[in-house]
Amino acid sequence: MTRRAYAGLIVAALAAGVGACGGESPDEVSAPPAPLTSPVDAATAGNIMGRITFEGTPPQPGVIRMDSDPSCVQPGVTATDETLVVEDTGALRNVFVYVKDGLGDLRFPIPSEPLLLDQMGCLYVPHVMGAQVGQSLEILNSDPTLHNVHAVPVVNQEFNTGQPLPGMKHTHQFTTSEVMVPFKCDVHPWMFAWVGVVDHPFFAVTGADGSFALEGLPPGTYTIEAWHESLGAQTQTVTIGEQETGDITFSFQP
Amino acid sequence: MLLHLFALLVATSTALLIFAGGLVTSTGSGLSVPDWPNTYGWFMLTFPLDKMVGGIFYEHSHRLIASMVGLLIVVQAAWLWKAEPRHWVRRLGYVAVAAVVTQGILGGITVLWFLPAPISIAHAGLAQLVFCLTVSIALFTSAGWRRGYASGDTSLDADRPLQTIAILTTVFVYAQIIAGATMRHTGAGLAIPDFPLVFGSLIPPYWTAPIAIHYAHRVGALVVSVCVLATVGHVLYHHRGRLELGRPSLLLLALLAIQITLGGLTVLSGKHYIINSLHVVTGAFALGTSLVLALRTCRSRFAVTGAGVTGLNALHESNRAYESSSEWNPTHRVPGARM
Repeated sequence: MTRRAYAGLIVAALAAGVGACGGESPDEVSAPPAPLTSPVDAATAGNIMGRITFEGTPPQPGVIRMDSDPSCVQPGVTATDETLVVEDTGALRNVFVYVKDGLGDLRFPIPSEPLLLDQMGCLYVPHVMGAQVGQSLEILNSDPTLHNVHAVPVVNQEFNTGQPLPGMKHTHQFTTSEVMVPFKCDVHPWMFAWVGVVDHPFFAVTGADGSFALEGLPPGTYTIEAWHESLGAQTQTVTIGEQETGDITFSFQP
Repeated sequence: MLLHLFALLVATSTALLIFAGGLVTSTGSGLSVPDWPNTYGWFMLTFPLDKMVGGIFYEHSHRLIASMVGLLIVVQAAWLWKAEPRHWVRRLGYVAVAAVVTQGILGGITVLWFLPAPISIAHAGLAQLVFCLTVSIALFTSAGWRRGYASGDTSLDADRPLQTIAILTTVFVYAQIIAGATMRHTGAGLAIPDFPLVFGSLIPPYWTAPIAIHYAHRVGALVVSVCVLATVGHVLYHHRGRLELGRPSLLLLALLAIQITLGGLTVLSGKHYIINSLHVVTGAFALGTSLVLALRTCRSRFAVTGAGVTGLNALHESNRAYESSSEWNPTHRVPGARM
C-alpha cells in the first residue's frame, strides 16, 4: 500500500469519527412534535402538595473561597456552600420534586417562556431547577469575569461553552428526560448547578419553607420522587381523585 | 556543544510542560477553556493575562508552554538538519517534531471531545515519548556519547544481561506511567484510600474496575522497583568505575524512592494537586534517567555511521567488517568504532 493510500485511510477514519460524533441521536430524529394544548381537563385536575424537612442537626455550611478569581470576591459578602441548606424550621431547600411515574402516555405542550440559569457572584443561580424537555434554558453570565458553562449529562448531549464577557447568553434545549443534569464551571471549581429535565410540567424545587406544589394533575395514582444532591432520592405513591389535593411529606436524614 | 546545550534546554522545557499538564489534570482544569486552538475566542497568544483566573490559569499556561516547547523542538530539528552529521540523529529531530505536533492535536481533541479517557491517556503517553525523544537527542549530542565514554573498557560491550535488564526497566517504567495515566484519567486515583496497605491488607477484599486499575499501578510500582534494583545493583557490582552508568543508576534509585513517596502522599493527601503533579513529572524523570542508562549500556551498538545508515545497521556493518579482519575478538564486537 502506498503512503498516499495510508494517508487516505487515516483521513477517512478521522472523518468517520468526526461524523459519528456529530450525528443526531435516534431520539432527536424520531420524537414527534409536542402538542400545543394540555391534555388535562382543568375541570377535574387536582394537586399534590407537601413539605420536605431535614431530621437531625444539619452541618454548618462551608465558606466558599473564591480567591483564585479576584473578580468573584465581593467585599462584605461571604458565599456559602449550597449543597445542604436547612432552614431554622427544619425546612430543606433545593430539593427537586417531580412526578416520576403515573402520567402514562400523556404528552404536554412545551412552554414558550425560556428558563434562566444565571451566573451571579460566581455562583449558579438557582442552584437547583427543573426544565421540560425541549424548553429553552438560557444560561447567562452576569459576572464581570469569564465562565465556562459545562453541562455533564449522562443521557443528553454534553456541552461546554465559554462565556468570556458579561451579559453573554447561551440557550440550550434538552432532548431527553434526565434527573439530574449537573452543571459546573471548570474555571471556578466551586460552581455547581443541577437541572432536572422531565417531559411534563409537574415538577418543583423547594424554597425556604421546604414546600412544593405540583398543580393541575389529572386524577390518578402517581409516584413522586424527591431528589437532593447530597441526601439522595425518596419516592412516595399518592392517589388523587377529581379536584382533590394530595398532601405528602418527605423527611431526609443525614 | 551549543547544540547539546540547546537540546538540554528542550528536554528541560518538555519536563516543565509535563508538570504543567499534571497541574491541569490535578486541578480538574482540563475543560476550563472550552475551545481549541483559540482560548475563549481569542488567538491563544493574545489572550489577556488578567483573564487567566481559576482553572484557566492552569489550562492556558499549559497551552502556552506547549507552544513554546513545540517551537523549541522545531528549532532543534532545524539545527540538527543544518549541523548534525549523523543521519539518524537528524531523523530523530524530525520524529520529535511530528510527535509534538501530534501531541498538540491530541490535546485539542481531548478538550473538544470532553476529555474521553482513551484520548487523554494517549495524550499523557505521547507526552512521555516526546520527553524521551528530547532526552535521547540531548544524550546523542553530548560530548561523552560522541567520545564513546570509556572506549578502552570493553567489558560493557559484552554485558548483554545488563543491556537487557536496562531496556526492560525502561519499558516497565513507561508501562507503569501508562497505568498511572489510566488511573488518573478514569478517576481511580483514590479508589484505594490507604497506603501502603490496600483496605488494610495486601490484596483488595473486593474488586471494581477503578480498584483494579489502581491496584495494577501499585503492583507495577513493585515490578519497576525490582527492575530498577536489579539494574542498579548490576551496574554498581560489575561496572563500578563507569561514571556514565553509575551516576544515572544512583539518580534512578533516588528517583524511585522519591516517586514511591510521592505516590503514597498523593493517596494520603487526597490527591493534593502539587503532590500529584510532582508525582507525574518525577515519573517522567525516572523514565528519562532509565532511558539514558539503557542507551549508555548499548552505546557500542551505535557505531560510526555513514549517511543514511542507522545505528543498528552501522553496528552490523561494523561487526561484519571487523569479524572479517584478522583482529577479530568475539568479546569485543565493535572496537574503536564509536563516534
